[in-house]
Amino acid sequence: MDINFSAQDLEFRDEVRAFFASEYDEKVAQSLSSGAGEDYKQAIVSWQKKLFAKGWIAPGWPKEYGGTGWSVTQKFIYETERGAAGIPDVVPFGLKMVAPVIYTFGNEDQKARFLPRILSSEDWWCQGYSEPGAGSDLAALSTTAEYAGDNYIVNGRKIWTTFAQYADWIFCLVRTSKDVRKQQGISFLLIDMKTPGVSVKPIPTIDGKHSLNEVLFEDALVPRENLIGEQDKGWTYAKALLAHERTGMAEVADSKRMLANLKKRAAAEINGGQPMIADAVFQMRLSDIEMELMALEYTELRVFASMASGGTPGPESSLLKIKGTEISQSIHELQLQLAAYYGGALQGQLSNQQLGHDFAGEARKSYMYGRAATIYGGSNEVQRNVIAKAVLGL
Amino acid sequence: MNFEFSEEQVMIKDSVARFVRDEYDFDTRRKIIESQEGISRDFWTMFAELGWLSIPFAEEYGGFGGSVEDTVAIMQELGKGIVVEPYVSTVVIFGGLLSASTNEALKAEYIPKIIDGSCLGSFAFLERQSRFEITDIATTAVESGAGYTLNGEKTVVFNAATSNSLIVAARTSGEQFQRQGISLFMVDATSPGVTINSYKTMDGQSASTISFADVQVSASDLLGAVDQGMDIVDQVMPAILLALSAEALGIMEMLNSITVDYTKTRQQFGTPISSFQALQHRMVDTFMACEQSKSLLYRGLCQATEVAKNPHLGSAELHKSVHALKAMVARNGKLIGEEAIQIHGGIGITDELNIGHYVKRLMTINVAFGDGDYHQKKFNQLSYSAL
Repeated sequence: MDINFSAQDLEFRDEVRAFFASEYDEKVAQSLSSGAGEDYKQAIVSWQKKLFAKGWIAPGWPKEYGGTGWSVTQKFIYETERGAAGIPDVVPFGLKMVAPVIYTFGNEDQKARFLPRILSSEDWWCQGYSEPGAGSDLAALSTTAEYAGDNYIVNGRKIWTTFAQYADWIFCLVRTSKDVRKQQGISFLLIDMKTPGVSVKPIPTIDGKHSLNEVLFEDALVPRENLIGEQDKGWTYAKALLAHERTGMAEVADSKRMLANLKKRAAAEINGGQPMIADAVFQMRLSDIEMELMALEYTELRVFASMASGGTPGPESSLLKIKGTEISQSIHELQLQLAAYYGGALQGQLSNQQLGHDFAGEARKSYMYGRAATIYGGSNEVQRNVIAKAVLGL
Repeated sequence: MNFEFSEEQVMIKDSVARFVRDEYDFDTRRKIIESQEGISRDFWTMFAELGWLSIPFAEEYGGFGGSVEDTVAIMQELGKGIVVEPYVSTVVIFGGLLSASTNEALKAEYIPKIIDGSCLGSFAFLERQSRFEITDIATTAVESGAGYTLNGEKTVVFNAATSNSLIVAARTSGEQFQRQGISLFMVDATSPGVTINSYKTMDGQSASTISFADVQVSASDLLGAVDQGMDIVDQVMPAILLALSAEALGIMEMLNSITVDYTKTRQQFGTPISSFQALQHRMVDTFMACEQSKSLLYRGLCQATEVAKNPHLGSAELHKSVHALKAMVARNGKLIGEEAIQIHGGIGITDELNIGHYVKRLMTINVAFGDGDYHQKKFNQLSYSAL
């Protein structure tokens, strides 16, 4: 066993670190922490344009389409440094979700038309998968696309669509054939959000923010050239994408940073004249999380090391999403607990100074929205079903 | 970066695994436990012949010159067979303390005897009042003439019933809880004044209460500098905790795989019980518990290797990691053991089935050198007291 990176990899790490330190300044950080609103979109786009200018926007892409050509190790280091610096990941829908489908299954025209604009963050994408009647059982989706002339006529309703309010495009799974096995009649369509008949309706969430939406399709005409691959083969393409989505869901570096913050805050919160970090019960709750995170860090390293040596990830990779999200939720829980009374305050325009507390609002919002982590990307119960079948052979 | 065992380590691991599979079946183990001594001397001689007893020792004493990684590889496989021969007590703990000592004459005398299988040893540290605090020592060693006189009592000395030699922690100065003032002595188990009362433990092994009444030892029996015994103990403790955790990991892996296999064959309601989601999710949780424990074990191992290579960097992170590891092994071991019994149903609580025996060894490991809560508290002190 050997835990060390090579000298070249360490050099690369220093380069990444230096870039983040100089480019991700206080102003950028501040603008990205606001959470939602038009400003938020602009902040993200301008940060992503910086990464694009540097050539680092799409480490996961093949080099010919604008990827970095990094090794597995370099990609891992980049992700780790990003999380450690507290920099949010790029918005995944374009760069990490639809792009791999386009460059893997799309035709040359589609690649030329969409990939450069995703890379430069000119187009904002959102994901049209879930429906009111199709959650964990995604293949039960019922939004239809009827082929007529050179167009598909799309009707139906997509739900939980993150950032649809900002989006220029949506990639959708739609039903193109009935009376076949439900997975077999699904197609993968790219739809311009400005198409007549497409409308967006906000779904307010328990964190008080607006990130989720419903997207309605009423006789929306989508040109045939926007179909990816073959009609009725969309499920296959989507499954390949899900595999892409699952890697890197442990978010160890992000959790490590949140935990470090939490500890600082616990040292400043006083109860009975004693900082909470010195409270024996609080310490136990803290170390319950910290020990799991220390383990998960090495679980992730094990997965990474086997990939770096050209192997496939072992069965341990399957637990990254479950453990990663459980850990981030438990950090949110403890942070809200730390905020005590103040955690319930709806601050509005009231300053932290006036409220008498400086992270209560953030603690409440991240706890509330953080509940979604064990639901999205395949709920943790579905993840357990997958492990039971694929790893344990049950 | 890689987390593979080396070719050489895989060879050792495989040979231990073969032994467990081919020669150490459940009935053989049961007969050994029921025998007069409770261990098999034949197997111990075989371990010596196969070189397993030489693994962690320096080449100058006839050892293999191996690392903690090597012993961990062995312990994981011994755990899978819940082997009762005292490898941890003699090789990892007794041998580890000896290796870390500065007494060259003692090392030259004892290490070759450990390697050839003729010396079995135990570490006598615990006392009635001390629970998990190793420094809570009331046994005294008072200077007399050219040596020391030992008086006091040690409890729960693992595997002392079969040991010829004991390393005894006694107070040469200082107050009861003081770290400073503890010295380690090599004591022959048959010395005048040493009385050993042994009993069986639930894991098929044994422990002893040992009293020392005016036991004479010479100054040359001191393992290191007088009063500085805890330096040696602290130095060896990560390797001890890693070895015990590796054994526990082997047991957890066995419990999980036996349980998963059982659910595939056990039929109820006309279908294998493995098809029930209520059970599937529990088995996924025990699978994850096992993998997370393995990850912390690897973390500790990698850090132990780094500390060995760069001693000047200090061992604070290593100590944090092994405390976390022992705490997690305690918690996850308990979960895995209890789930294995529950999922087996009625048969799970029978003595006839191996499950309960794996669980009992896990439970013994869980309290050895501090239970989960104790280690988590230590972890907390190291991690949070400076904040």
